[in-house]
Formats: sequence, C-alpha cells, structure tokens
Amino acid sequence: MFDYLQYVRQENFPHIWCSGCGDGIVLKALIRSMDKLGLSQDETVMVSGIGCSSRTPGYVDINTLHTTHGRALAFATGVKIANPDLNVIVVTGDGDATAIGGNHFIHAARRNIDLTVLLYNNYIYGMTGGQCSPTTPRGAYASTAQHGNLEPPFNISGLAIAAGASFVARGDVYNVKKLETLIGKALQKKGFSLVEVVSPCPTAFGRRNRMARPVKMMEQLRDTVVSVEKWEKMTDEERKGKFRTGILKDIEKPEFTAEYAKLIEKMRPEE
Amino acid sequence: MAGEQSASKKPAVITVNTVWCKGCEICVAFCPKDCLEMEGGKCKVARPDDCIKCMLCELRCPDFAITVE
Ligand SMILES: Cc1ncc(C[n+]2csc(CCOP(=O)(O)OP(=O)(O)O)c2C)c(N)n1
Ligand code: SF4
Ligand code: SF4
Ligand code: SF4
Ligand SMILES: [Mg+2]
Repeated sequence: MFDYLQYVRQENFPHIWCSGCGDGIVLKALIRSMDKLGLSQDETVMVSGIGCSSRTPGYVDINTLHTTHGRALAFATGVKIANPDLNVIVVTGDGDATAIGGNHFIHAARRNIDLTVLLYNNYIYGMTGGQCSPTTPRGAYASTAQHGNLEPPFNISGLAIAAGASFVARGDVYNVKKLETLIGKALQKKGFSLVEVVSPCPTAFGRRNRMARPVKMMEQLRDTVVSVEKWEKMTDEERKGKFRTGILKDIEKPEFTAEYAKLIEKMRPEE
Repeated sequence: MAGEQSASKKPAVITVNTVWCKGCEICVAFCPKDCLEMEGGKCKVARPDDCIKCMLCELRCPDFAITVE
C-alpha cells in the first residue's frame, strides 16, 4: 500500500473526474515518482491551464497555480525564472497545450527552460463536451466531427522533439509502473522535459467512439501500446494502429535559467 | 492454489473506500487472480485469499479508492 493521502488535499475528494477517467491514474503515478525522488512538497510548484486535466492542481498538497487556458507554460516560465531552485511541474491537456497554447508549447521547448510538463493526451476537449482537439485521430467522432474527423492529428511528442525539448517521453495509464518511471526521469532532467501521457476520456471521447466503458478504453491501450525497443524491430505494416511508449529523446543542451544566471554573473559590476 | 501461495506470507488486506469508488470496473477487469467483483455499482472484495499482492488494482484505480496491504 502506498500512502497517497499525505500528498493530496483530502477535503477535495472524491475528485470531479468521471468514472474511469485516466486523469486520476496519472496523478497517482506523479505522486509516487515525487515520493521516490524525495521532492520537497514545499519546493515544488504545479501550474496548469484549463481543462479536466488542468484540474489536477486542486488535488495535490504542494504549491499550485491554476491559470488561464493555454497559458500554463507562460506562468510556469515566470515562476521558474523568479526562483530557479523550485521544481516546476506543468499539467496540461492536448487542447490546452497544442491548440490555444501551441505557441507557448513550442517556444518553451525551444528555449529549453527547466520545466517538467505532463501532457494528458485524451484526443479531445474533455471539459467542454468533446470538441475535436489537434490530436483527435482522423476518422474519430467528436461533437464537432459528427461524421468523422477529416483532419490529420499532431504527434505531440514529435512536435516537442522538433521544437528543441531536451527530454521527451510517452507513457500511458494502462502501463502504470512504466509511466511512473518516465515521470521520474522527466522530473530529474535539467531542461524542458515532456511526458505525453495517453489517458482515456470515456465520457467525451469513448462514448462517441464505441468505447463508452472505461475498461474498453484500457483494453485498447493494452492492445495498441508498443515499447520503443520493440517498435524499432517492427515493419510499417506491423506498426499500423499501434503507438510507441518510452523515452523518445534525451539529450544534454544549455538550459535557459542556468544560462541566465551566467549572464547575470558576467554583467555584475566589478568591485 | 491460494493456500500454497499465502502459506508463508501474510494474507492480503484489500480495502475499498466506497465513498470515493465510482464503479469504473478497471480494478475488477484487470485483476490477474479475479479477486474483485462489482456489487451495487461499487467494487467488492470477493476472494481476498487468492490475492498475490501484485498491486495492479491499487496502481490503476483512478479514484484512490482501493488499497492492498
Ligand atoms: C480562452 C478560452 N477559450 C476557450 C475556453 C473553453 N475551454 C475550456 S477547456 C477547453 C479545452 C480543454 O481541452 P484539453 O486541454 O484537451 O483538456 P481536457 O478537458 O481534455 O483534459 C476549452 C476549449 C476557455 N476556458 N478559455
Ligand atoms: S470529460 Fe473526459 S477528461 Fe473530463 S473528467 Fe470526464 S472522462 Fe475525464
Ligand atoms: S493486488 Fe493484484 S491480485 Fe490482489 S486484488 Fe489487486 S489486482 Fe488482484
Ligand atoms: S478501480 Fe477504483 S473506482 Fe474503479 S471500481 Fe475499482 S475501486 Fe472503484
Ligand atoms: Mg484533452
């Protein structure tokens, strides 16, 4: 048994997420990896935007900031620059981070500022009732795609890799132990680190796409997730309908707040 | 089977917080030993003696509602 209660605001439970929503599973994996690393609750800040995923800060007993739609990364950048000693975690959704907040996302990655971003990708705008997001698969149904979505989706991890993030991983809420490990690695990384977490929204996505039962959505994850190691050995034919999880990028490069500190040192007038 | 596995170990104590449980059935569906059932829209511990303490139900419960000791 793991004692989650020391990390949560019990007075806010049961949480607002629907039955079978993956968001609670992600939060638990985050709590376990924070505990494993011994992150101080007082020196950790969680910043979110707007969406079901962005409700996460309401449940964690650390310093939290629930901001405006798409702007979590801008607020988090301010927090981190003001006090680089803090661990800053950003919690966001596919809509929050790659639709309205798309520019903040690519530029925070390009800047390589030391933030840990947990992006809950449920392929939909959950909170507002199931409109298409930039990751809704082609052909999937949404309240704004009653005859199937015509648009090709973003590959969020690919976007972060191309934009310059130093750490990018993808996990999912069926493979929970692996998810916990990936989040731990991201928290330890100095630089912009993203964990894209594939997390079911049975209510706004599942119900329109023949997966109303949460168990069905979890089974789909079980049956379509492939590790990066296995993915390398698969043919294009075998990869159809599957997606890979694991570490997709992990490099060393100059981090923004460290470079900024160096600049301050350099500009300091001599005695 | 159950006797064999738990002979030397302490039997599992599985607790469900029925106020927080939203009845998603995830714990029930993926328990490798079929220890859990649904009753009245909530998770019920049906066969605790068969539990191998894999912790998967606790790890995957979205509602912080089931613990295994
Ligand atoms: C400026 C502004 N525009 C639109 C909205 C409405 N809105 C609230 S949440 C949301 C989408 C959230 O989607 P996502 O980030 O994927 O979160 P989810 O609910 O799926 O976790 C939108 C469009 C808003 N709150 N503010
Ligand atoms: S609408 Fe979807 S994302 Fe929002 S709480 Fe419900 S299941 Fe989760
Ligand atoms: S710990 Fe494993 S075996 Fe025991 S009830 Fe939970 S899922 Fe089943
Ligand atoms: S996984 Fe949790 S919320 Fe879902 S049925 Fe089991 S105890 Fe209840
Ligand atoms: Mg979403």
